[in-house]
Amino acid sequence: MSAVDVAGVWKFYGDYPALRDIRFDVHPGQCLALLGRNGAGKTTLLKILAGLSTAQKGDVKVFGRSVRDSAARGSIGVLGHGIGVYDELSAFENLKLFANLYGLADAEGTARAWLKRVTLENVADALVREFSRGMRQRLAVARTFLHEPKLLLLDEPFTSLDDRSIALLQGVMAESLARGATVIMSTHQLREAMELASHVVLLNRGRLSFHGARPDEMLADPTWLYRQYGEG
Amino acid sequence: MREKLIYLMGLAAALMLVRNLYVILLGLPDEADQGAIYRIIFFHVPSWFTAFGMFVASGTASALYLARKKQSYDELAVATTEVGTVFVAIGLVTGMIWARIIWGIWWTWDPRLTWALITWLVYAGYLMLRRAIDDPTARAKNSAVLNIFSFTSVMITYKAIDWWRTQHPAPVLSIRGAGGAMDPAMEQMLYLNWLPMLMIAIILVMIRMRQEGQQREIESLRRMAHAV
Amino acid sequence: MGYLRQVLTICGKDLRSEFRTKEALNASLAFALVILLLFSFAFDPSSEQINEISGGLIWMAFAFAGALILNRSFARELFNDCLDALIYSPVPGSALFLGKALASYVLLLIVELVSFPIFGLFYNVQWARKFGWLLFVLLLASWGLTVVGTMFSALTVNLRLRELMLPMLLYPMMIPALMSAMQLTTVLIAGQDITGDNWIWVRLLIGFDIIFTALAVAFVETVLVG
Repeated sequence: MSAVDVAGVWKFYGDYPALRDIRFDVHPGQCLALLGRNGAGKTTLLKILAGLSTAQKGDVKVFGRSVRDSAARGSIGVLGHGIGVYDELSAFENLKLFANLYGLADAEGTARAWLKRVTLENVADALVREFSRGMRQRLAVARTFLHEPKLLLLDEPFTSLDDRSIALLQGVMAESLARGATVIMSTHQLREAMELASHVVLLNRGRLSFHGARPDEMLADPTWLYRQYGEG
Repeated sequence: MREKLIYLMGLAAALMLVRNLYVILLGLPDEADQGAIYRIIFFHVPSWFTAFGMFVASGTASALYLARKKQSYDELAVATTEVGTVFVAIGLVTGMIWARIIWGIWWTWDPRLTWALITWLVYAGYLMLRRAIDDPTARAKNSAVLNIFSFTSVMITYKAIDWWRTQHPAPVLSIRGAGGAMDPAMEQMLYLNWLPMLMIAIILVMIRMRQEGQQREIESLRRMAHAV
Repeated sequence: MGYLRQVLTICGKDLRSEFRTKEALNASLAFALVILLLFSFAFDPSSEQINEISGGLIWMAFAFAGALILNRSFARELFNDCLDALIYSPVPGSALFLGKALASYVLLLIVELVSFPIFGLFYNVQWARKFGWLLFVLLLASWGLTVVGTMFSALTVNLRLRELMLPMLLYPMMIPALMSAMQLTTVLIAGQDITGDNWIWVRLLIGFDIIFTALAVAFVETVLVG
């Protein structure tokens, strides 16, 4: 069974197609880099995969289920542009809240463990509004990964991270992949992405231009794919 | 084909209105208590019927949109709501004129007038919400949900005002006689005048629907142009 | 995690956030007081007339002050994209809605229960003679206000003019519930029981609450998912 199966997805804004007939599937354990210029439809597609948005035509299945199925969402971890944690709650309270929402048995224990993992255990009871940007990003990573999701959806995760956070994220992603999780990440920071990616999808103005294993050429020259498949 | 239908209906409605106006102004006698002004009822009451018909259509269109997600249902919903709102306004204005002439005041808390005002406000809110949302799909979806609430609210308010009226009586605009009956000739004219008003409403809805579809097409073309 | 626990977790989260800052609560309370104060200039507070309009006065204050709390309900989720985080979590949209509605309900009741003694003070009115029944009406009518207000908070969350639109959409729709609440409150503040004729307002409140709760629970997911 594929981890993610995108079948003929179209997304319209009025009559304007933001996504046209997107078809691809992702097998468990793959790390897929979603590439494309701004406006190509990467965020739109990720939102549909996360269940934040619905496609007008076509279907998306995650582990064989519809995304709006609660059971499916419990095994998905999402890291979007916003950090998704509450300013008025403490770091610990935030992680405990999400651990509870994701149905984890030992919410408090998991929260503490992850605070340690992202080196925020010293500020566990401080309110997030007092955190620096780097600290918020690390907390966001904890929130995304704490329920050990089988599918990770990351929207430009390396953008505007400081190098400590980048290292942390790469580490956590590698661990997840080693566990057999599947990752789909949209990215501009091509070098960091290419190191981790096993497969690549290229979107061009809402259409799928390329889907396949990550070509070796891209390790040396990340823009190789754009030039191969013509952007224009 | 659609154009022809619109013109044909327009012609039929115009002819009927002319004939009706002739009968209303010259054919029917004055009413016992109210004198000449009662004739406004032939526009006042049918405009309520028309408005209500429009809102039923609108609520149905919104329900269908939520079930099927076809853009044409959204076009129908906004067109019927707009036309319905206009006819409620006509009902309100004719009612106020009538009240002014027979009672000397512009507004009494006549139950139907009150309900009409509330209804107008409720649907004005729907139209305001539509203006505030840019994305056509979100606009259609969210306004459809609001419309379900609006229609439900309007029905509940109708009953509520009725009960309020029994506890706090207010003067009622009507031409019913002592036994609650209306002169048969007058009653017939009421329905006869409703027909052309309904046809005009339908024509307006059809024109508005086409305009809404074209508007959406233009917005999408603009988006495509920007993307190039 | 069971549905009920999810609802209570969301409710708890909202209440904890609100009690930490007390921003909406204080603003709402202050607003209610200001309205009661303003009304004292509109009407003569010492006249007998107050007894006839007491219910109307107090519920107008609650409706206006309540809008501040209700608007916040989904608006508070916009910071840091927390609303998205809740929507893609396993929590169903209806549970999210009910949790938030419950939290707003608690906050609204606090404002109302604090406002009543102050109202009694300002207008020299013995408001608590039929306290049990008054509480009953308060609970019913406040739920109606909360459920429709929270739904519209979700509906308008992404709009620029959210603060303007919420009251504009909410108040015409609340008229049956407010009308009932006003009538019943006036009767109860005057120290009378709810008699035959007035039971219809209780039934209207119950019907209103059931119908709009059902509609909100049915449609909130459609509104939240883009």
